[in-house]
Order: sequence, then C-alpha cells, then structure tokens
Amino acid sequence: MASFPEIPDSGERSGFSQWINERLPVAAFWKKHLSEYYAPKNFNFWYFFGGLAILVLVNQLITGIFLTMSYKPTAAEAFASVEYIMRDVRWGWLLRYMHSTGASAFFIVIYLHMFRALLYGSHRKPRELIWIFGCLIFVLLMAEAFMGYVLPWGNMSYWGAQVIVSLFSSLPYIGQSLVEWIRGDYYIADATLNRFFALHVAALPLALVFLVVVHLAALHEVGSNNPDGIEIKKLKDAKGIPLDGIPFHPYYTVKDLVGTAGFLLIFCGIIFFAPTFGGLFLEEPNFEPANALQTPPHIAPVWYFTPYYAMLRAVPSFLGTQVWGVLVMGAAIVILFFVPWLDRSPVKSIRYRGPIFKLALAVFVVAFVMLGVCGMKPPSGIYPQLAKIGTFLYFAFFLLMPWYTRIDSVKPVPERVTGHA
Amino acid sequence: MSDQVDHSRRRLLTAATVGVGAVGVAFTAVPFLASWQPSARAKALGAPVEVDASKLEVGQMMKVVWRGQAVYVVRRTKEVIDQMGKHDALLVDPGSDGSIQPDYIKSEGALRSIRPDYWIGLAVCTHLGCSPLGAFEPNNSAQVTGVDLGQGWPGGFYCPCHGSKFDLSGRVFKGVPAPTNLTVPPYSFGGDTRILIGVDSAPKKA
Amino acid sequence: MLKRWVLLAASWAFVGLPVAAVAEEGGFALMHAGTDIDNLESLQRGARNFMNYCSGCHSLKYLRYNRMAEDLKIPEAELAANLMFTTDKAFDTINVAMPAESEVWFGKQPPDLSLIARARGTDYLYSFLHGFYADKTRPWGVNNLYLPAAAMPHVLQAQQGLQKPVFKSEPDEKGGARMVMTGVEMMTPGAMKPEEYDQFVRDLVNFLDYAGEPIKSRRQALGLWVTLFLLVFFAFAYLLKKEYWKDIH
Repeated sequence: MASFPEIPDSGERSGFSQWINERLPVAAFWKKHLSEYYAPKNFNFWYFFGGLAILVLVNQLITGIFLTMSYKPTAAEAFASVEYIMRDVRWGWLLRYMHSTGASAFFIVIYLHMFRALLYGSHRKPRELIWIFGCLIFVLLMAEAFMGYVLPWGNMSYWGAQVIVSLFSSLPYIGQSLVEWIRGDYYIADATLNRFFALHVAALPLALVFLVVVHLAALHEVGSNNPDGIEIKKLKDAKGIPLDGIPFHPYYTVKDLVGTAGFLLIFCGIIFFAPTFGGLFLEEPNFEPANALQTPPHIAPVWYFTPYYAMLRAVPSFLGTQVWGVLVMGAAIVILFFVPWLDRSPVKSIRYRGPIFKLALAVFVVAFVMLGVCGMKPPSGIYPQLAKIGTFLYFAFFLLMPWYTRIDSVKPVPERVTGHA
Repeated sequence: MSDQVDHSRRRLLTAATVGVGAVGVAFTAVPFLASWQPSARAKALGAPVEVDASKLEVGQMMKVVWRGQAVYVVRRTKEVIDQMGKHDALLVDPGSDGSIQPDYIKSEGALRSIRPDYWIGLAVCTHLGCSPLGAFEPNNSAQVTGVDLGQGWPGGFYCPCHGSKFDLSGRVFKGVPAPTNLTVPPYSFGGDTRILIGVDSAPKKA
Repeated sequence: MLKRWVLLAASWAFVGLPVAAVAEEGGFALMHAGTDIDNLESLQRGARNFMNYCSGCHSLKYLRYNRMAEDLKIPEAELAANLMFTTDKAFDTINVAMPAESEVWFGKQPPDLSLIARARGTDYLYSFLHGFYADKTRPWGVNNLYLPAAAMPHVLQAQQGLQKPVFKSEPDEKGGARMVMTGVEMMTPGAMKPEEYDQFVRDLVNFLDYAGEPIKSRRQALGLWVTLFLLVFFAFAYLLKKEYWKDIH
C-alpha cells in the first residue's frame, strides 16, 4: 500500500506567492501535473525515454538558437559559417556537437519511447490520441531533422536534399512542378537552403513544441499506462487516490534525475570522445562543401532515416514509374497511426500476451534493424534482398496484427500492478 | 521495514543533488555565454591598423577605421599645443581621471598624446556614441558645425547630436551632456609618421 | 599516463563499435597511420612539413596561423621566421598564393586541406602519401594506389623515392591470362630511409588531423572532467532516488 509521508508544503500561501496564485494558477498547475499527478508505481527502465525526449528537445532548442547566431543560411557562406562556429566562435564546437549529437539522440529516445508503447500497449484505448499526437511528433521530427541536415551545406547535405526532394518528382502529373516549388529553383540552390533554414529554426520547432504540449495534455488527462497495462484509476482509496499510484513529484522526478544522469553520461561521452560516432552521426562526405557537380561515391542518409530509405529502395519501379517505393515508404509511416485499432488483443502489456505477439514483436525489431543496416549499405550484394524481406516483415507486423493479436493466447491480468523498480 | 522517514538525510541528499546539479547548469551556461564574445575572426578583423600620417598637414585631421569605429588623427598646431593647459577651469575632467585612455596617455596630462603634435582618439562621443565633428577654427566654428560656439572657443570637437564639446585633446567641456573625455585607444609609433592603432606603446624609460 | 589510457578506452568504447560496423571498402587495404594528436613534437614537425612541401599549392583556409602557433606551442618568432608567408599576418588563415593557371597545370584546383583528415580519415592520407608509383600514362608520370588517376604530382619523390607497380598474372574468364596489379615496390630509393619517410608522413598526417579539428585534443581532455562530474551527479541522484523510494512498497 502506498502511504507517503506528507510532503512538507512551503506553508500557508502568503504575501507574494498568494498574490501570484490569485492571478496565475502556479500552485494549482504544480499540484495537477506534478505533486498530485498520480503515476503508476511500477514504471521501469522504458519509462525514462519520454522525459529524455523533452530534455533533448530543450537541448536542441537552446543550442539551435545559439547556432543561428553565427550560422549563415546562404549557399555561398553556409559551409564556411559552420567551420567558423567550429573554430572561431568560442565554444562554438561544443554548441555544434551538442546539436548534431542531440539530433541522433532525439531519434534514439523517440524510437525507444515508441517501442515502449508497443511493449506495454500504451497506444491502446483510452490513449489512442496520445499515440496519434506522438506519431505526428515523429513525422515532424523527421522533417525537422532532414532540413537541419541540409543546413551545413556539405556534399552529403546537398545530395541528400537532392535525393529526398526528388522523391516528390515521382508523383504523377504534379511531381515535376511540385519539386520545383519545393526547391524554388531548378536545382537545390540558395533559395532551397534559405527556406529550409526558416522551417528548421522557426516553423517546425514551434509546431513540435505545440504538439508536445498536446501530447502531454492528453497523457495527463487519461493518466499514464504501466508495464502491466492496468488502469490504476479503477482502484482508488477513500481520498480518491489510485491505490497503485504515487505522486509524480517527488518520486518520479528523483527517478528521472537518475535516468537523466545516465543519459547525459552517454550523451556527453559521444560529444567529447566520438562526436562523429564513426561517421554515423556526422558523415565524412559532409566535411567537403556542397558540390553540385560531384555526387559522393555512396549516398546514405543519416542512420535514423535508413530503415525507411531501405524500403524506398527495396521497391522496384514498374508501370513506368518509381512512385511505388515512395508510396511504400509513406505507407510505412502512415500505418503507425492506425496501430491502436490494428491491435485487437484483450490485454495491453506484453507481460500477459501470448507467444505469437512476442514473436511478432521480436521479428519486427529484427526487421527494423535489418532495414536500418540495409539503408546504410550500397544497394548491392545481399542487401537489396534483405531490404525486401525487411519491408515485407515490417508491413506484415502491422497488417497481420488484427489477426494474430486476436488468436494469440493471453494470461490473466492481475488486479494490481506487480512490483516496482 | 521502518516507516520512519529520515528527514535530515532526505534534506541532505536533496541539497547535495540540487547543489551538484546547479554547479552543472552553471558550467553548462559558460559556453553559451562565452560564445557571445568576439570570435577569432572578429579579433583578426579588429587587429591593429597602421596609419601613414606623413601626408597630414599641420592643423588638419584624418579619420581611420579601427575595430569598426572611427578614429581621429589630428595634427595640432603649435598655438593649440601651447594654450592646451590654459583652459582647465572650463573642463569637467582636465586630468582625465574619469576617462578611458592608456596610462602612457594619461601621464601626458593636458596633451593626452604620445607626441604633442599628433592627437589620436576615438570619434565616439562619450554621451551616446555619436561621432563628434572637428571644429578647429577658434572664431569660425559656425562654418563647420552650423552652431556658433562663441568667442573664446579654443578649437576642438563638437557633437552634433546633443551639443557636447571637447577640446583638441578630446577633453569635455562643462555644461554639456557628455560625462567624460573622448577615449584614446592604445597606439604607438612605428616610425616618424607611422602610427599603429591598437598596439600599445612600450613604456617610456624613466 | 593513466589519463591517456582512460582517454584511449573512452574513445575506443565510443568509436570502436560504429567503426567496426562500417565495413572496409574495396581496393587496396589502407595502411595504419598511427598518429597521435597529443604528440606536440610530431605536430610541430608536421606543421613544418606542411609549410615546406604542401602549402605551395594547398591552403588551410579555416586554420589561423596564431591559432596553430598557440595550440602547437610554436614561438611567435619561429612562426614568423619559418612557417608563414611573409605577406601574411599571424591572425590570417593559411591561404595559398596559387596562380589561376593552377587549374590548367593540374586539371583541377588543388583542394583546400583544412578538413581533408575529417573527410577522408588519417589512414587514407597516410596511405595516399605512400601510394604514388610510376605510371607513364599519367601527366606527371605517377599514379596513386589509393586514388587512381590522381591529378597530383609526387611532391615527395625526392624524399620517398619512386615506386613501381608489381603485377601478377591471373586467369581471366576467357581462359587466357591478364595482369593484375598487386602492389608496389621501390624502384629508385629517395633521400629518406623508409622509416624516416613513414615518420615524415605520419607527422604531416597528424598535423592535418589537428588542422581538421583544432579543438580535438582539448575536447577529449575536457570530456574526462565532464564524465567525472556526471558520475558524481549520478551517485547523488541515485542515493536520493533510493532514499525517497523507501516510501514505496
């Protein structure tokens, strides 16, 4: 039974704090979302990543703002201005590495955060909207990352932009004019860089922050899921507090502090000891300036896009158009939005699901990683074949979900959450 | 298990964690704040400027740019030099005690220069940063400044923004908005008429 | 000493994994450069080598002389006397007075080398500077094992000497035989012994590695302190969490 010692309140509201609270509900907000927001007491390791995503978002916003102070969004000056930041601006190298490493860290925590949802059924009723807002955040994050990647105006930036923007040219009828409209020129040019900059530093971050607020508002309305997939609000004590709930503050604030420290150890380890991460976080060809006449020998997007890039390449063109690969890649994202309704299992958490779902999820993880590797490799040897298999498995996981989650065996779900970390 | 909460341990650990965290945040803030300081490029562009003053006639002045600011180089006439110490009563800070200049300039007293004939100073009014005009003609100032500076004007600088007046050593007159004398940048002579603005002069031998 | 080992372990832990994952490319296996960004003497020699043999054609347009002097602990007098073009100032970047005809001479503008070590890696540069061999078909009479059809002449031929290609016969698809190049061997030795030349090139590549990221050495040193600090923070946060979570059972 959760019986907590009274958290010593700062005392009766008096003077200044009372004056404020009569005008702005600071104390009420604090109570509603922290000191009296009851979270299940059995959160485990997987529950660190939501908070860490916010930490990384803040890191990106602050370092990003400082980078714009020295960066020049023009084709003529962009590359040199990044080297100016790396060499001439005091501590500029650190700001830049925090931002570039933060981009990869963002995808790491987001992928793990999404995987956590699949593990414990956090997308299921009544949390479908939280999942959908999350998917929207993921989509915007991809756009944000792509445009940010173009800004250093290295040769990989340039050709990455060329390839990704060209995807739209495969759309029937409108393709060619759409691409020209996106680029604002007949090739990836100054105008393209300039508009990507505007979107990257202003429009998309605003939208992202807004979506994060909505994501959290929806979460705090229905309450957090947990590794047992049990609704803790079903069992409450006399005061209306969930029996398995504990106040977010202080219990999860102190716990998240530990997770944050652990994350920062790895994050700073990369920043200070391996900022390029062996060419995965900062690719070697991007240390050469954009050259419209020379494609790097091997174009690969940054690692976080490679699973989807592999799908794009896995689908051959037929009927005289390559639009199918683009459609498959788009579908791979769109299908995520439907997961709450594809999943028909009577239970949420993997703990009480049967072997079929466990196998399916394991195969999905393998397929996703495999796709990621394929997307980094040149399209030769076994990789195109592996990419096809991976694409098939990726879609099978989602499209067959209504079927295999229904026939899968389930274990009885307990009334109360089990254990806590 | 005991339900007894050890509040003092809790307070201690909270304070320790918050303390270490605050130190971390403070250290993290340093790179962000420091990134606003002049960069290596700004320093390279702000490097010393070499002025060839050989063409400067007596009683004339020239303007050069150092670190994006105008710097006046004035070649003073003998009359100006001779009477420079004689109007201290009209000045706010005749000894330049509250003004900015290198020590080797302050120690020169009323002339505020390494050599008596060449005066070098920032053309930045100490009031709000406008650029003062040269108004050298003792009794014909209106022609230059559009304002009659009156009889007894010894020649100097006049700021058109708010009417501050300085003498030909850049010292400010009483009764005007500018609080201190014009700033003298570090400079030195690299030859008879070669002036290096931004390079400190070696200390004079006693 | 301990610091060096910790640094090494830390770099390895973070770099080893991804590097192992990024597979070897085709062509001739790269030689190992064995450079050490913390070896000041090597960097100083490398700077001198660069200025004497490379800076005629190649610029380092993102590196400033005074930054280099400060980082490599080169005295100002030495910098001005031996390492700088006379018309340059200490705060200038290392540019090159290459005439416009260079493109005609070499077929392309000799590239700026500020970031070459980051773009290509030290092993590649070390190998490239070992990889010139005689090839009559090329404009400068040399080709390169690691950059076929290289536009660059063998500037260090007097030092290294001239190598010639070694072929072996291999059966082809049609049952005949074709000659396949397997490597190079020394034809006319140069002024330096092979070990001397290795060290000469290693210093040069080490300097280019420095030029690619002048902060690298200090970045790693600072990383140790950051890591130590975070460990302390982690310890306190962990104890605090344990203490509070005593309430939950």
